[in-house]
Amino acid sequence: MDNNKPLLIVNDLHVSIDDKDILKGINLQVNLGEVHAIMGPNGSGKSTLANVISGRPGYSITSGSIEYLGENINEELPEIRARKGIFLAFQYPVELPGVRSWQFLKSSVDAIRKEKGESELGVKEFDSLLETHRNKVEMNPDLVKRSVNEGFSGGEKKRNEIMQLSLLNPTLALLDETDSGLDIDALRIVSNGVNDFKSENNSVLIVTHYQRILEYIKPDFVHVLVDGNIVKSGDSNLALELEEKGYEWIKESISAGS
Amino acid sequence: MLKDYLDSLEDQFESQAGFGSDWLQSFKLKSFNTFREIGFPISRKGNEKWKYTSVSPIVNNVFQVSQPKSVDIDLIKQVAPWSKDWYNIVFIDGYIDHDISNLPNSGISIDSLNSAQDRIGQLTDVSDDGFAALNSAFLSDGLILSIEKSFDPNAVLNIIYYSSGSNLEFNNPRLHITAQEKSSSIVLENYVGGGANVTLTNSVTEIELKPSAKMTHYRLMSESNDSFNIGYGRVKLSDDSSFDSSSFFHGANIGRYDLNVLIDGERAHCDLKGLYLTSDEQHLDNFINIDHSKPNSSSNLFYKGILSGKSRAVFGGTVLVRKEAQKTFSVQSDKNLILSDQAEVDSKPALFIYADDVQCAHGASAGNIDEDSVFYMRSRGIDLETASKLLIYGFADEIISQIEQMEFRDFIEDKFLESLPDYKFEF
Repeated sequence: MDNNKPLLIVNDLHVSIDDKDILKGINLQVNLGEVHAIMGPNGSGKSTLANVISGRPGYSITSGSIEYLGENINEELPEIRARKGIFLAFQYPVELPGVRSWQFLKSSVDAIRKEKGESELGVKEFDSLLETHRNKVEMNPDLVKRSVNEGFSGGEKKRNEIMQLSLLNPTLALLDETDSGLDIDALRIVSNGVNDFKSENNSVLIVTHYQRILEYIKPDFVHVLVDGNIVKSGDSNLALELEEKGYEWIKESISAGS
Repeated sequence: MLKDYLDSLEDQFESQAGFGSDWLQSFKLKSFNTFREIGFPISRKGNEKWKYTSVSPIVNNVFQVSQPKSVDIDLIKQVAPWSKDWYNIVFIDGYIDHDISNLPNSGISIDSLNSAQDRIGQLTDVSDDGFAALNSAFLSDGLILSIEKSFDPNAVLNIIYYSSGSNLEFNNPRLHITAQEKSSSIVLENYVGGGANVTLTNSVTEIELKPSAKMTHYRLMSESNDSFNIGYGRVKLSDDSSFDSSSFFHGANIGRYDLNVLIDGERAHCDLKGLYLTSDEQHLDNFINIDHSKPNSSSNLFYKGILSGKSRAVFGGTVLVRKEAQKTFSVQSDKNLILSDQAEVDSKPALFIYADDVQCAHGASAGNIDEDSVFYMRSRGIDLETASKLLIYGFADEIISQIEQMEFRDFIEDKFLESLPDYKFEF
């Protein structure tokens, strides 16, 4: 894969929540066709990075920029980012009591189609599209008849996120701790969904604490985030090294180096 | 102003008191005497029942008792649920219009007010409510039904109380249903119509369920925003009977429903669900009492409200478990979604338990939609306005989705979807 067309450029990004600095100068370039993993200990800011790229309210960018497809999107609304192809698979998918999955998914597909200048899907077309993507993640058909995520198990919720990834077919997929709380079978299904999705025309950014998911989804680059900074980058071997030696090793090697 | 109204009521009572059978005349006189004694409920009298609702905006008008009218059936179909497969029974301004009503001819018996002395008033105590006393004093027409075991359990009795919107008229519809032993029925009560004029609908409904009778009951208050709608419902359950009732409120200037369910049997079940949608300067008061007087019965009281504008809602839900009512199971809850700083809800669920072996729980909440829900939808490309609408409707859906009668559910879905406030959650 020799595409090298930049999709996402994070440039000296500083982010705070309630006046507390979380990200302290992140630089990251993700090109089309690449899979990047952001690893780091708890509280390092890795989920913040995924969330701030998706436009979640509550974060303030104090300096730096996020460029997506060559445009600065610092101020862009989350729904506009989504329509332009940014997708966040939530660490904790939200239950929406009374909001029917079918209605939710169709509203979403139609909003994204509209952005591309396409017409809304008819009921039958949408139903068959939904079935295709539901089958990819082996999701129980009854679940899409229920309220969004309501009464779903942890694994079902994560599977639903990947089903949405597959259905919405974004350009940039941000996976926030998608592996947490999954047993081996669910992890395999979820990973297959991601592998099936990824192509030369999109990119994946996986935020994870553990190396486990990277055995299924092979990253091209691994970045280690500690205390709001990327302290080390490498290829997939870095994840294995981390798994073996732990985050303390990274922290020690930084302090030794400084 | 109130004095003018009271003087006018005296005159009006005199001019219509001679109508009906001897029994009916004396019932009306007795009721009017009670009204003379207690008057309109006014909160300053220290009346707990009416603590949060001032009736001044109502009684400062001088209402004239309504006269029979006829109305184009299409106007009624525009505002009320209607199906040709149902028995549709229409009151217009308090009088049954027999020309446009179709009553069942088997499995049900229908009586006249004149000979209903063994039923009318048996479940009501007008001495505790001025409006109910007024309804009884001005009784002009009523529907008195006895549903037999042979009645088709899938048939729908669609009762429509249509207000023609005639300025400063008040109407007093009356319904009494005896659900006979082992009968099963579906009953809809719809208060609809009204217009730009000031009107008052002042209704009384009495329902008695005999042993093992089962009733699914729906009530809709959907008059115009210039109407006053005061309702008084009394329900009595016998052994092994069940009453499953859902109430929907969204139209009235001041709306009030006083519902009292007496569980006077063992293994009886009462399910009361409700959904209210208030906006602008509307005021809605639900005053609900469930009285468990026999053991081994259960009740479930579950209401939800969506408030916007400067509207105000009152929810008083009291469950009384008497000493004899051992092994009672009762839950009650009232949840509110408040979409404006100027809207207000007074929610007072209360439990009074005098039996020692019971399972009861209650709760109330008022709040907004959480930020994560809105962001989750926006992160999927759904704009704030659509996300808000889906979430607000979702809040209501928990009640609406439980409507088993599909045509009525579709009607309520449409009604509530079109009435939802334009609102955008902002964070």
